[in-house]
Amino acid sequence: MGWFSYFKQEKAGSAKVAKERLQIVIAHERLDRNGPEYLPQLRRDIMEVIRKYVAITDDQVNVQYEKGSDFDVLELNIALPDREH
Amino acid sequence: MSRIVVVTSGKGGVGKTTTSAAFSTGLAMRGYKTAVIDFDVGLRNLDLIMGCERRVVYDFVNVINNEATLNQALIRDKHVENLYVLPASQTRDKDALTPEGVGRVMDELHELGFDFIVCDSPAGIERGAHMAMYYADDAVVVTNPEVSSVRDSDRILGLLQSKTHRAKQGETVREHLLITRYSPARVQSGEMLSMEDILEILAVPLIGVIPESQSVLQASNSGAPVILDKASDAGQAYDDFVRRFLGETVPHRFLEVEKKGFFKKLFG
Ligand SMILES: Nc1ncnc2c1ncn2[C@@H]1O[C@H](COP(=O)(O)OP(=O)(O)OP(=O)(O)O)[C@@H](O)[C@H]1O
Ligand SMILES: [Mg+2]
Repeated sequence: MGWFSYFKQEKAGSAKVAKERLQIVIAHERLDRNGPEYLPQLRRDIMEVIRKYVAITDDQVNVQYEKGSDFDVLELNIALPDREH
Repeated sequence: MSRIVVVTSGKGGVGKTTTSAAFSTGLAMRGYKTAVIDFDVGLRNLDLIMGCERRVVYDFVNVINNEATLNQALIRDKHVENLYVLPASQTRDKDALTPEGVGRVMDELHELGFDFIVCDSPAGIERGAHMAMYYADDAVVVTNPEVSSVRDSDRILGLLQSKTHRAKQGETVREHLLITRYSPARVQSGEMLSMEDILEILAVPLIGVIPESQSVLQASNSGAPVILDKASDAGQAYDDFVRRFLGETVPHRFLEVEKKGFFKKLFG
């Protein structure tokens, strides 16, 4: 790698951030539109129930819907806040 | 059957009308009888880009409402043979477009022997955009290297495979990604999403990359689609795109920063 390509890498700007953000948001939106219509509301309801017990932010709950051949899977992942010591 | 192609994007101002004008002109230049329809009811603009604004008498909505025949409303293009423009209405709203009305116009165009029908979609995902894509066999998804445009394109891709006539018949709409307003220099400096980034995110076959070019503004100023400007980079890139659409294998151009003599010697 010559000094020129090194120089090019150093300049890597906001496009990288743009790509990462897009990959995440589009992955979410694709899941929403491939799943059943109730999915967004289900996610909001689940959030509300969990918030009765622990303080969580939106991105700590991940609801995924996957179509299988025999049955569909609804996967729920909740990242709980750090334990207090 | 006539092949119906929608030019769509979700996001506004990304180059749909510029593309529809160049694309339909390119198809007609190759001998295909082509109609280009402005679906942007209320915000007619295709007529200006095609340079036929002073010859509009009847429009698309007049035909749908049986206030004029299709033959009365179609405007013969003055630049190339085989090309006809169906302008949008300036005074009605988008509710004037119905699946039945649009379908009838498509059938009539088919009966008139059109090979291609290019539908210039309005921005958004409302009725106008929905009607423009409804009968499409193919979709040219116009995307700028910019976050909101890429996201909206993904949205539109979802609608193409769920809300169109083809989708309802259990078939698919062929998708083609057209990246426009591309600046190789800004991509190289890391400020702009690259063609590869966009392809990786959207995962749709690439049909062309149109560079950001001053010739596009010149073309719209004079009312002659940019593909007619054979010396311009954008004109050539649009011509390559038309050839690819017709099945030719054409390498992509205008993706790299033009090297200066000095650098060329040093690194080329
Ligand atoms: N390759 C390009 N280089 C430079 N300017 C461009 C290019 N493509 C389009 N433009 C400019 O971008 C603007 C929007 O283009 P255009 O009207 O084709 O977009 P559109 O998607 O049809 O917009 P709308 O959503 O409002 O219908 C115009 O000013 C046009 O000249
Ligand atoms: Mg437009």
